[in-house]
Amino acid sequence: MSLVSITAGFLPLFDSVLLVVAKEMGFAEGEGLSLALTRETSWANIRDRAALGHFDVALMLAPMPIAASLGLTPLATPMITPVMAGLGNNAITVSSELWGLMVAAGAPDDLAPKATGESLKAVVKASSRRLRFAVVHQTSSHNYELRYWLSACGIAPDRDVEIVVLPPPLLPEALKSGGIDGYCVGEPWNSVGVETASGHIATAKALIWQNSPDKVIGMRADWADRNPAVVHGLVRAIYRAGEWAGKPTNRSAVAEIMSRSGYLDQPADLVERALAGRLATGHGSVTVPDFYVPHASAANFPWQSHALWYYSQMVRWGELPSSSAHADIARACFRPDIYRAALQSLGVDTPAIDMKLDGAHAEPYPVPAAGRDPHGSKRLLRWRGLRSGSDRCLYRAPGAV
Amino acid sequence: MSDLQLSVLIIDENRIRASIIEDGLREAGHTRVQTIYDVSEVARTITSAPPDVIVIDLENPKRDTLEHFFSLSRAVRKPIAMFVDRSDTRSIEQAVEAGVSAYVVDGLKKERVKPILDMAVSRFNAFSRLTRELEEARSALEERKIVDRAKSILMQSRGLGEPEAYALLRTTAMNQNRRLVDIAQSLITAADLLSP
Repeated sequence: MSLVSITAGFLPLFDSVLLVVAKEMGFAEGEGLSLALTRETSWANIRDRAALGHFDVALMLAPMPIAASLGLTPLATPMITPVMAGLGNNAITVSSELWGLMVAAGAPDDLAPKATGESLKAVVKASSRRLRFAVVHQTSSHNYELRYWLSACGIAPDRDVEIVVLPPPLLPEALKSGGIDGYCVGEPWNSVGVETASGHIATAKALIWQNSPDKVIGMRADWADRNPAVVHGLVRAIYRAGEWAGKPTNRSAVAEIMSRSGYLDQPADLVERALAGRLATGHGSVTVPDFYVPHASAANFPWQSHALWYYSQMVRWGELPSSSAHADIARACFRPDIYRAALQSLGVDTPAIDMKLDGAHAEPYPVPAAGRDPHGSKRLLRWRGLRSGSDRCLYRAPGAV
Repeated sequence: MSDLQLSVLIIDENRIRASIIEDGLREAGHTRVQTIYDVSEVARTITSAPPDVIVIDLENPKRDTLEHFFSLSRAVRKPIAMFVDRSDTRSIEQAVEAGVSAYVVDGLKKERVKPILDMAVSRFNAFSRLTRELEEARSALEERKIVDRAKSILMQSRGLGEPEAYALLRTTAMNQNRRLVDIAQSLITAADLLSP
């Protein structure tokens, strides 16, 4: 059987791991797909090349398909995602100067988001200039979670601090030169900031909102409609890649693959730390539970409630007006129906519901499961069938989804 | 602002390419052309002289920075449309293939902007062609040096004349279905390993 060629774009970030493993470990080939990966230099290029069809699929920031479908970005094109590239992976890193001030204001050394944020608030109030933070793209999880954390700690993002955009690989240098005071980015760029720019990791995404979404495998909606079998094969390849990458025994193999020059081009031990959630913070070592979750806790399932959370943040920060039509478009960008259909042949459990309440569980909890139905006519509901991860969060906005 | 003249801003970290584009636009009669090499200078430039068209290379990692700046800027009115006309996919394709990305202040007529973009695209292509030709010339020179060294090894170790040494390399390459330079390189490596 000849392989179907798929071109995929990615940025050098640790959570490109599922695309990379799907290719390098043969999971894509097992689904009849020949996956060609192209490393890009900016999210804008990822978006444009995906919109123009240079890429069939790409590692995208989770809000990108939503922003593109809502017409918020140039070359706006309806985009969807049928599968998530894992959960978590981000952290917030600050300059050594800012960290010194935060410690003096009571910042703890265990990354606790509330206490850390309160110390930052004290520094912000006392500062004679506006502190400047960087995120990787405007419609990014990083932008929304940084703003969420700042607001939850009593800092108004657009008034009290300045938020600018810089691509991930340039962040450590900008921190070192004093151009910015801190940034929110995925690994390995926090650890690189600690090692090369005397940065300090202040808190982590998994502590602000545990098991929260970040990146997706995104694609044009019309391409997905035209190529259902290819999309299903890709979802299965990503699922299997996640399963493989999530096994602790495979950690060093994953780290070796990701450290290669064509991917992250960083030392393997630095990559392995992200997999283990063991962060060298610049002032100690902290192990963050669920720092990056490639597969467990239904990590690859595109929850429509997560799509609506991104939409709620776009409205919250004035990127577009609230309307039920906008909410419907945002929700429909995440496609749990494709995910379930794709995995049916594997006989694995998938969530039977499209939405869930986040921020209410301190422990992993069961969600109703669909699947393992050999006839495909009627889905089985099993309340203990599938565990979703705990989703403690720092603060839940009134009325937020 | 003159009715006829659009103001063009070129952002390119590659100074040679930037000057090639700027020259092209000036030759075509555009006088209001500015060039900067770093996106971080864009705030100052845009505020002092708001451009109608911004041309930036696609490889520039700071495109995200630039777009975010637009969204905050009052000098460049929102919305900024990428390229002239979304329906003109052929133009967009050509630009992206050439490595050009362009932003156009919304509301400008396509006919006014298209010549500027076409010029940028053709100059980007000319620059890539030059770079490629230079690269080819460089590697051809490298290959010739390798083949010459392999020839002289054969001439010394087997007592052959130059034409015979060359013929032997070429026949071996043809028989093994490999490139001449690869055979020459293997020979050099082997000779290095065997040399005392």
